[in-house]
Amino acid sequence: MTSVSAAMGIAARNVRKSFSDHVALDNVSLAVQEGTILALLGPNGAGKTTMVRILSTLIPADSGSMRVAGHDVVTDPDGVRAVIGVTGQFSAVDNLLTGAENLQLMADLRHLGREAGRRRVAQLLEQFDLADAAHKLLSTYSGGMRRRLDLAMTLVDQPRVIFLDEPTTGLDPRSRRTMWQIIRDLAAAGVTILLTTQYLDEADQLADRIAVLDQGRIVAEGTPAELKSRISGGHVQLHFADPDELHSAAELLPAAGPDQDQLALRFPADGTVDSLRDLLNELHEARIVVERLSIHTPDLDDVFFGVTGSHVSA
Amino acid sequence: MTTLAYTLSDSRVMLRRNLKHQLRYPSMTVMLIGLPIVLLLLFVYVFGGQLGAGLGAQEGRGAYLDYVVPGLLLITTASVVQGTSIMVAMDMTGGIIDRFRTMAIARASVLTGHVLGSVIQTLAAMAILIGVAFGLGFHSSAGPLDWLAAIGILALFAFALIWLAVAFGLAAKSVETASNTPMVLLLLLFLSSGFVSTATMPTGLRQFAEYQPFSPVADTVRGLFSGAAIGDHAIAAVAWSIGIAVVSYLWAIRLYNRRRAAEPN
Repeated sequence: MTSVSAAMGIAARNVRKSFSDHVALDNVSLAVQEGTILALLGPNGAGKTTMVRILSTLIPADSGSMRVAGHDVVTDPDGVRAVIGVTGQFSAVDNLLTGAENLQLMADLRHLGREAGRRRVAQLLEQFDLADAAHKLLSTYSGGMRRRLDLAMTLVDQPRVIFLDEPTTGLDPRSRRTMWQIIRDLAAAGVTILLTTQYLDEADQLADRIAVLDQGRIVAEGTPAELKSRISGGHVQLHFADPDELHSAAELLPAAGPDQDQLALRFPADGTVDSLRDLLNELHEARIVVERLSIHTPDLDDVFFGVTGSHVSA
Repeated sequence: MTTLAYTLSDSRVMLRRNLKHQLRYPSMTVMLIGLPIVLLLLFVYVFGGQLGAGLGAQEGRGAYLDYVVPGLLLITTASVVQGTSIMVAMDMTGGIIDRFRTMAIARASVLTGHVLGSVIQTLAAMAILIGVAFGLGFHSSAGPLDWLAAIGILALFAFALIWLAVAFGLAAKSVETASNTPMVLLLLLFLSSGFVSTATMPTGLRQFAEYQPFSPVADTVRGLFSGAAIGDHAIAAVAWSIGIAVVSYLWAIRLYNRRRAAEPN
């Protein structure tokens, strides 16, 4: 059981929230130690965003106790607001202002003072690679630039706790990598981070701990390594041209599960080149013709299957 | 800094944001300010000949121009508040409002920024309209004090309607709705003494026209411009303004605090 204590960056116990007849969060407890990253992993509708909205004081919980950087979310929301930064799923930027003006707006609202504010704005523009576009209107920004600006706005006052709600959804792979590096740097600087994601690889890449949320409940929690050890793992899918080939292959590889309709064979594999080479050599020596193959790495669905025994319902 | 100082500082920051928006969204600003001028020309040059003939003591197009300017100043207000409603709804349906809500800033400063920005926009639009009216031959016997009083009454009434428009913008589920709701104000204005004397209307309509907020404001301003007796109109105008402002303010704050509280995911 997690304990609600001031030493924790985020500590939430037994949080419940319903929307009319729909239970969004059912006794959710979380603990994030200061300076670490917790990934809240789950499919759409699992309650990830609701959890972030409650912890960031946007909506009230029905019950439960929550502390963010030692401040009680219910009794001291302004105390919480003063130390957090939130970057939501939908870009929270002002489209009628320039990038620099957006940052300046944040600096002014955080009461940084004229000089300190200006310095911080310039520093963030530089750090987030937005200096060239600083004085352009946001209508000219790409998706990745908007997301970087969004995060930069969150960081104007150097918050101690940051909530990132699906920070890379909709980004191209390169922007995604950049965002990951920024998040890692923040954690290295001692910031506590709660991030939500639908992607196992993202949680795996970034998080110190992962909590898996399914239909409002935490169904698994642990380090990425602990969670992955509970996953059945990846597999290779072999496709054949006719049922005879499939039949021979199934006899050769008893560990595999044949699919007669698809003329395919699902063979457990860890995705390494060596294991793949062994498999292909074995098939080659037995003169079995494989039409094509696809490699399947573990994803969210595998995690769900591993911890709940059922596939993602959404 | 004290809480009050923070509130003032946050409101000033939000006002600056609002004024920047007006400059960055010039098509809307120009439309909101331009519409009353087009209507002024329409009323004076298209309708003015005929409408001016029924004015009584002084007749003609020129007399009608003098008569109708207060009505068009109110059109200006109704036009600008449509923009207020749209801007507020744009804010509320965008992502930035959630960012403001997770920051330790004076809660209502987002709204006060819109209100102060719109008051400034209304006064600027009215100044432009009066300038055009003078160019067309508008004549007024008002002294400096009368002008001050007229500006005061118009600003107070605009302040009230702007809070109402803020509430409209908050109540609207989409920006489109927010741009339509304030049309009610425009309709109400046409059913007042803004453009023709209520004495020419059929009984039921006349009673309605006399007891709705636009008429006493139009009559008061017209009296101040022309030197005619104002009577109880000024008191009624001020009372309506304060009443609308208070009710709208409370409604807006309530909507603002409640908004999104029940929204799933």
